[in-house]
Amino acid sequence: MKGLSKDRLWSIAVLTPSIILIAVFVYGFIARSVYVSMTDWGNDPAQALALNPIIRFTGFANYQDLFTGFLQGRFRQELVSTIFFTLFFILGCLGLGLGLALILDRNPRGEGLWRTIFLFPMSLSFIVTGTIWRWMLQPQGGLNQAPTLFGAPPSTFAWLSSTDAIWKFDWNKLPLLTASVVGFVLVVMAVRAARSGDRTRTLVAGGCAALLFLWALIIGPNIKMLPAPELHGFNFALIGIIIAAVWQMSGYTMALYLAGLRGIPEELREAAKVDGANDLGMYQHVIFPLLAPITLSAMIVLGHISLKIFDLVYAMAGPDNINTSVPALNMYLTSFRQNQFALGAAIGTILLILVAFVIVPYLSSQFRTEEGHA
Amino acid sequence: MTANAPVNAPAAAPTAAPRRPIKPGRVVMYALLVLAALFFLVPVYLLVATALKSPDAINLSTTWHWPSALNWASFSDAWSKIGGNVLNSLFLAVTATLFSALLGSLNGYALSKWKFRGANTLFALMLFGMFIPYQAVLIPLFQFIKSLGLYGSIWGLILAHVVYGIPITTLIFRNFYADVPDALIEAATIDGAGFWQIYGRVIFPISIPGFVVVIIWQFTQVWNEFLFAATLTNTTSQPVTYALSQLAGGQAVSWNLPMAGAILAALPTLLVYILLGRYFVRGLLAGSVKG
Amino acid sequence: MKKALLLAAALAVTTSASAAGKLEIFSWWSGDEGPALEALIKLYKQKYPSVTVDNATVSGGAGTNAKAVLKTRMLGGTPPDSFQAHAGQELIGTWVVAGRMEDLSSLFKSEGWDKVFPKDLVKLISTNGKPWSVPVNVHRSNVMWYNPAKLKAWGVTAPKTWPEFLKTCSTLKAKGVAAPLVVGENWTQQHLWESVMIGTLGSANWENLWAGKLKFTDPKVVGAFTTFGKVMDCANKDASGLSWQQASDRIIDGTSAFNVMGDWAAGYFTTTKKLAPNTGFGWAPAPGTTKTFVMLADSFGLPKGAKDRAEALNWLKVLGSKAGQDAFNPLKGSIAARTDSDLSKYNTYSKSAAADWKSNKIVGSMVHGAVAPESFTSAFGAIIDQFVASKNSAAAAAAAQQLAVRAGISK
Repeated sequence: MKGLSKDRLWSIAVLTPSIILIAVFVYGFIARSVYVSMTDWGNDPAQALALNPIIRFTGFANYQDLFTGFLQGRFRQELVSTIFFTLFFILGCLGLGLGLALILDRNPRGEGLWRTIFLFPMSLSFIVTGTIWRWMLQPQGGLNQAPTLFGAPPSTFAWLSSTDAIWKFDWNKLPLLTASVVGFVLVVMAVRAARSGDRTRTLVAGGCAALLFLWALIIGPNIKMLPAPELHGFNFALIGIIIAAVWQMSGYTMALYLAGLRGIPEELREAAKVDGANDLGMYQHVIFPLLAPITLSAMIVLGHISLKIFDLVYAMAGPDNINTSVPALNMYLTSFRQNQFALGAAIGTILLILVAFVIVPYLSSQFRTEEGHA
Repeated sequence: MTANAPVNAPAAAPTAAPRRPIKPGRVVMYALLVLAALFFLVPVYLLVATALKSPDAINLSTTWHWPSALNWASFSDAWSKIGGNVLNSLFLAVTATLFSALLGSLNGYALSKWKFRGANTLFALMLFGMFIPYQAVLIPLFQFIKSLGLYGSIWGLILAHVVYGIPITTLIFRNFYADVPDALIEAATIDGAGFWQIYGRVIFPISIPGFVVVIIWQFTQVWNEFLFAATLTNTTSQPVTYALSQLAGGQAVSWNLPMAGAILAALPTLLVYILLGRYFVRGLLAGSVKG
Repeated sequence: MKKALLLAAALAVTTSASAAGKLEIFSWWSGDEGPALEALIKLYKQKYPSVTVDNATVSGGAGTNAKAVLKTRMLGGTPPDSFQAHAGQELIGTWVVAGRMEDLSSLFKSEGWDKVFPKDLVKLISTNGKPWSVPVNVHRSNVMWYNPAKLKAWGVTAPKTWPEFLKTCSTLKAKGVAAPLVVGENWTQQHLWESVMIGTLGSANWENLWAGKLKFTDPKVVGAFTTFGKVMDCANKDASGLSWQQASDRIIDGTSAFNVMGDWAAGYFTTTKKLAPNTGFGWAPAPGTTKTFVMLADSFGLPKGAKDRAEALNWLKVLGSKAGQDAFNPLKGSIAARTDSDLSKYNTYSKSAAADWKSNKIVGSMVHGAVAPESFTSAFGAIIDQFVASKNSAAAAAAAQQLAVRAGISK
């Protein structure tokens, strides 16, 4: 194997440019962004656009401003919006995609044509989709006029301009809510660990849950992030954007599920039938469990798309519609319209952290299993 | 990875089954299909109908009517506004795609056939770059492109797309080459072929489908991208997505223009998809199913 | 085939260059406003035929898109030779404080502009006595539009004060007009806000507010916020989906009775909608602002490091000249910033506006960048949105005060 060493060197040499580029453009820039987010660059308008701005290190001041600053209510609403958006967007895509895949799996006539129809929006830009749907959702046109085709009066739902919201909560209760949710998850973990007989895990999870609940009961209620209550909830104006996003992306989950369904060997289905399972039983016990890993992948990919979505909102509702805005859009506006680069970098960093929560465990688990196989 | 194969063979479905009596279940199935197709196609109807109306004929209350007179001038008007941007996009997408496909092919080859210790970790670190929200690198990226003197030129945008395209192209090629039997490589090594000879004689010739997948995928991504387009270019180098967003966000209410513009902006990727849909789906799946 | 496309694309990217003189002007005037700009460029080319003019326009969002592009260009070190900016703090608070603009004092002196522009205007575009841009046109922000025939049918007249407006509003609601006032997307609501503020506080307090002498948390201002909330209760609920043109349409079709909008609406009514002034559409100063002219102006400045400085200076001279202003404004539907323009070239509405321009107290508009820097205006929209949702005057006023401190308006 001596001769191979030169080739191995070549393989590393071939990879080097890419490694350097990724190191700089991904990791270097992230580090730089994090640094910028801890300065005051742009907080003083005179320094923001100066040729050689004076920039001072201010630690976590920008993050504190975003979460508790009086003026940053917009960001907090966006954070809530993006969570709701992600939730409904993923549910919509998974539901519609799975439904379509199940139908197509039954081999309807002209299957290729149907598939093409369901998948074509994937090839469009979010800007194109946004432009189309913006027109569809005009207050007095498009979808709202659709009932008139059947002689009914036009609908008056304010798709993109509604200011109504439901499921509102006070931002001051956020630490409390978070603690409760995490505590609940820990309790579930503890119970599951206890059932499988893993004692240390039960103790650790249970202990953490107890600590959290204790904190939530005693200290939590006294924490005030903001001087006044500030309500945030799920804005109805987001519904239209969610529909447009599902329109564009559900074909993707359909393709994933269809690939998964086609990968299930016919013998398995036959075997289930021989065992006397009816259609429903077969789906429940054979097919859906086999699709679970696909659901996970789809959730992760859709989740990260949803967290960074920005162009669709920009094209559909414009940059200044606070009821539909998302952090990714705010980052662009804060940096390149308001010139508050440090604050913009902080929003970008928060987005990165959110996405990393989704992606890092996924990537590491994927590669751990692969190393295991190898 | 494994998920690719079945989609390649849609024709394998046993559609040629003998005629059966129509069951109610089939009727429900077709009804659902038609309903779903309506959901996907109605926006297209409105898009085309509005694009073909003249500005005076556009009225919110008659949104659904097919235009009484077809106004093809919408397209030439839209072209006069964003035609230059379509050409920018074309130059951008073609150039960026070729560069990143080439890089991806070499990377994929090196990573799958010349595994070294830590190759997987390195690859995972690279892949992370595919998922980051670009907002988290936007400000340094902007400064960097500016310091290179590439700000406002299309080359700055190309550079950004090539770099951030490396992870996905590498991923697709790495998965693609993983299917190439190692025995082929070993045989070539025994014949005395080195790294480049193997790439030139064994790997590259069978890479065509991989290239097609990567090129289609990357072309679509670059064509459709908006954030970099909005921050790294100036008036003369803006790609079509940005121009379209301005056309639609403009003050004018003549909606035929943005609609016609949307069609122009969508056409290239749509054509690619309709003509080469199979490969498009493969790229789609490769983006989520790891190697 | 592909090669040909590439070549074409490459050519498209690398046009410009060469030619004797060059001038790149950057604006957001396209579409309806394009012809007016073209007229100016034509005039410029008559005087300087050897110069190639690159007319770079970025449309959309009342200039917000253009401003974003401009910013990236200025930061990127490739400023256009001359660019459009709303006269006043929008330019000063963003670019002058950052030391990116050239002082135009000598140009104003050599062209005698100190005398032909109103004093209030020169004050708004200067800091420490140095003017920073050349105003091309003047628009009035505090105008209330209505449909005379409809008002007659409803038996109401245009209200003179905001309390009177609220009475008219309830009268109209009783007659089945669900939304007596129409507003559109966020900026049009800010636009309304400024008319309510000036109409309630008076022009002197408005000036004090922006000079930092009156705090937003002052009970007077909080009270004006409350009035604004009541006014918004008269407005349509689908506001954020409407452009200002769509909002104007609702006046014509009688869905709503009033709309407070800048006087570019006059151009929309006459040119696009083919309506006659006074009969097809009517106007009055926004309630409570009768002797006040709330001004906004488009202006062009000279960035430091402009590639074609001499050509840009000539361009500014054309902009400020009587011929230039009288070529541009009749087409744009605005009035000249100069007080000596030839009124025979202007339409009915503009003549009345020009008369007011000479006689009224002139104050600057906030939402259109005359009195407040961008760091204030761009974040103020969120405050309005939150206020419209919550109607909490004290909170909105406190937020505005914080914003004013951050933007360096108030201490």
